[in-house]
Amino acid sequence: MTYLNRYRFFIVTLVISGILILINREIGIRAFEITGYSFKEMLFIIPPIFVLLGLLDVWISKETMMKYMGEGSGLRGIVLAFIIGSAAAGPLYGAFPIAAVFMRKGVKFSNVLIFIGAWSTTKIPMFLFELSALGVKFAITRLLVNIPGIILIAYILCSFIDKKEEKRIYDNAQTL
Amino acid sequence: MNSYIMYIIAILFLALSYYKDKKKTKMALKKAWKSFENILPQFLGVIMLVGVLLAAFDAEFISKIIGEQSGWAGVFLSAAIGAITLIPGFIAFPTAALLLQNGAGYMQIGAFVSALMMVGIVTLPVEIKYFGKKLSIMRNVLAFLFSFVVAFIIGKVVGGI
Repeated sequence: MTYLNRYRFFIVTLVISGILILINREIGIRAFEITGYSFKEMLFIIPPIFVLLGLLDVWISKETMMKYMGEGSGLRGIVLAFIIGSAAAGPLYGAFPIAAVFMRKGVKFSNVLIFIGAWSTTKIPMFLFELSALGVKFAITRLLVNIPGIILIAYILCSFIDKKEEKRIYDNAQTL
Repeated sequence: MNSYIMYIIAILFLALSYYKDKKKTKMALKKAWKSFENILPQFLGVIMLVGVLLAAFDAEFISKIIGEQSGWAGVFLSAAIGAITLIPGFIAFPTAALLLQNGAGYMQIGAFVSALMMVGIVTLPVEIKYFGKKLSIMRNVLAFLFSFVVAFIIGKVVGGI
């Protein structure tokens, strides 16, 4: 029963796609084709991310992580959050499980958010793609706007989330 | 291509870990599997949803509504499309380049790319599972607003408006 409950969202999307096929066969079939493609992509991209986060969880102690990225880690913590986020590959949903490990290890909240921001938009492999597809001016302008933007968004979010909410998010990360 | 790099890094660290401590490595793999299994239902749902959305909004449709003349309304629409869809970068950037060639404006493409990467409406269920409703929604709203800033600056610098 809990199994069914966990997959509720997936089942709903499956039903929607089924209905779509009945309404418009062409679009419905295309939806399944794209899903199959994304599924293959997910199976390909996800394994190393999770292996790395498992290793991170086991090998790097909470103390080390807190020292480098925890409260009082200052500029070093921010820079590290940027570098780790930017060095990654994979879609944004790959960042969340790693963020959970960060929180378990006592990484400062604003640094977790900077990491998410960096992963979402300053990824180095993506930057290279952008550079070749949209040109140097476009890619560099966007990067230069994004770096302060990510930090700003992280701090705004921090100021809106009170200590109680923050603690709840950290407690939740323990269970994931 | 980038994924191979991730594989190489993961395998290198895994080998190093195994060499140093077999038991810890096993524990790491168990943790990796547990985290994956935990989030799998959300992943599957998101992927299916993306399939439906991408099938409904194709490149042709997108380029029709975000031309250079579309102004801020076009910027808003581009950002909204970017926010809803979830296209991998190696498809998104060539698509964006194609849209530019077909008459989309720089400002609109700036908004589209920015929202595409930073805002994730369809991945929201995954995000909420990790960060809770309040933070997830706020992060996405701020990122959405931020894509207008990016659009404006890209329009000024690259488009020369």
